[in-house]
Amino acid sequence: MKRRNLIFGAATVAMMAASITGAAAQDVIRLGAAAPKTGPLAGGADVTHWPAVRLWVHQTNEAGGLQLESGPALIELIEYDDQTNPQQAIQAAQRMATQDRVDFMVAPYSTGLNLAAAPIFSQLGYPQITGTNVTNQQPELSAQFPGMFFVLGRTGVMAEDTARVLVDLREAGEIGNRVALVNVADAFGIEMAGISRAVLEENGFEIVYQTSYPLGTQDIAPIIDGARAANPDAFIAWSYPGDTFALTDQAIIQNFAPKVFFTAVATAFPSYGGRFGAQAEGVMGMGGVNPDDPAFAAFAAAHTEFAGQGPDFWASADTYATLEILWQAIEATGSKDRAVVMEYLQDNSNSYETVLGPVQFNEMNDNERYWTVGQWQNGVFRGVASRGRDGVSDVILKDGWD
Amino acid sequence: MITLRDIRNLLLAAAALGLAALLPFYDSGYILSIATTMAMFTVLATSWALFSGPTHYISLSTAAFFGLGTFVTGLGFQTLPRGRLPLIAAGIGAVLAAVVGLVTLRLSGVYFVIFTLGLAELVRQLVTWVQNRTGQRGMYVLTSITERDIYWQLIGLAALVFLLGWLIGRSRLGFALRIIGNDETVAKHSGIDTAMAKIVLFMNSGAVAAVVGALLAPRYIYIEPSTAFAPILSFQVVIMALLGGTGRLWGPLAGVIPFTILWEFISRHAPNQTLLLLGVAFLLIVYVLPGGFVGLYDRLRRRFGAWGQ
Repeated sequence: MKRRNLIFGAATVAMMAASITGAAAQDVIRLGAAAPKTGPLAGGADVTHWPAVRLWVHQTNEAGGLQLESGPALIELIEYDDQTNPQQAIQAAQRMATQDRVDFMVAPYSTGLNLAAAPIFSQLGYPQITGTNVTNQQPELSAQFPGMFFVLGRTGVMAEDTARVLVDLREAGEIGNRVALVNVADAFGIEMAGISRAVLEENGFEIVYQTSYPLGTQDIAPIIDGARAANPDAFIAWSYPGDTFALTDQAIIQNFAPKVFFTAVATAFPSYGGRFGAQAEGVMGMGGVNPDDPAFAAFAAAHTEFAGQGPDFWASADTYATLEILWQAIEATGSKDRAVVMEYLQDNSNSYETVLGPVQFNEMNDNERYWTVGQWQNGVFRGVASRGRDGVSDVILKDGWD
Repeated sequence: MITLRDIRNLLLAAAALGLAALLPFYDSGYILSIATTMAMFTVLATSWALFSGPTHYISLSTAAFFGLGTFVTGLGFQTLPRGRLPLIAAGIGAVLAAVVGLVTLRLSGVYFVIFTLGLAELVRQLVTWVQNRTGQRGMYVLTSITERDIYWQLIGLAALVFLLGWLIGRSRLGFALRIIGNDETVAKHSGIDTAMAKIVLFMNSGAVAAVVGALLAPRYIYIEPSTAFAPILSFQVVIMALLGGTGRLWGPLAGVIPFTILWEFISRHAPNQTLLLLGVAFLLIVYVLPGGFVGLYDRLRRRFGAWGQ
């Protein structure tokens, strides 16, 4: 009986899938999206990527779709799981472009998957407006893939701004000279630690403790132990989601409370604030937003209502903005012809109104205005450093964990 | 001695490979991208089966060698001549396999399996450690190499692997391996240097996996340890090879083609069930197809043959 149900269920799913991929009415824009639903990055994509994409499609269709020259067109979203696997990301992009014949594609999630899929986007002429691709290679990448756009910002700048926050605090006489610097031993952590170390040393900071730990490590206690023993004024950790939570947990357990406590990726997740509550007050991390900006506030409210969870305070809005940019390019040209839309996007004089504020691309397809450092203040992760964004909040010092 | 039958088989294989090489002229998009995946797994599974088939040593180290190969290209593609990179990868892969083989191939059964599974993680941590020490970042392999080039390189490599497998099968080494697989003690007592025979074959599969990694690095563009050494690759190779069957040289191919098509079908129509499929395939192989498609083919032929008489 159960087995029959299963088979019947599978058949229904297959039929539904067939009907979705089979339909192609005239006033429809087919939008393909492949991102992790399984694999190591599925958790992050579930917070940042998928809800933002689905919300945008939902809202756009509610509002009557996109306005083309020929009239309004509804969006049809086609989703695939790339299994956090570059091989699958390539194949999914191919499949969407050549089998499902989608009109446009949402850029994948994460730097690695975006780059793996880039040749397919490029060869087949799809604009790839990335919201979760942090890199420092904009010049090389935009030369090789002229249809690749970067909204989230540069890794180098983010590492630099984090160090600048410390410099400013010291200039103001708020903190001393001693910094503990740790990183996850992975391309991202190594790069960020290297840049921030250079900036800090240049500015006369003393690195009193530096170490790294392997990705996925379970035992964080010795790191916090070592950092605490060095008695630093500031603790900077270039960490990934799992260790961001673990480092904070350990710091609370060992009551390690330097005046600056910084953990990198996932500090901006609502679940971080949810987990640590008032203890998160004063913790700094990558990203940030201006929560007082009405555009972001409206986005956050809609996100919470639609997905049952709030957006993260960093890349959720970027992901949403990539679709706003695409939408404005399509409506401005009134066409769903990719070549026409691409030409519009590549014209640097065009700018776009997004949930992030105005976005404009430079000659390297790079958005030069973005948030770099944020801090938990009264239950919200506010941007405290940015390049060219309004509404930067003042930094506060961390005052213990209680 | 080469018989007429051998010549016929060689000609058939050459014709099939030549036909496969023509594919990019037919389609350079979706089908080519699936075919590239197939070609990659064909090479990996066939070279895996050359070692694991006759000896029955299940190796889960493909990802270790593959990842190493991608890093060779990632580190060297700007400074070294591109044609030499696969050779360097092969050399490093073979040396690593020799070292690992010397240490572990005296182990047998499950000890060997566990060690090879750990090897990918070990190599990945080593690479990360070196990167961490040197401040080396994530690598971008930006080249003008297209999927079509990679596909042709893989087909060429497949031809080499098949030829090698065919030669080994006819050699004293191949004979020795079959004896080892049947009973290692008997092999030892017959004067076969079992450790040496196993190491040579293990080096072969290690070198080939490293070359595949080196060839595929331009396809991934961004090389980072977490994806280059992803352990799922090792499992996929084993499952495909066993599904096809390791009793014959073309066995793994018979597993790779249906498995890749099925995987693509599931990815497309039930994207949330891919891991379930992997598990089901494993159960099916163990319970229904113990010898893979090759075993099934042999069984059917035997039955068919009996009817004929």
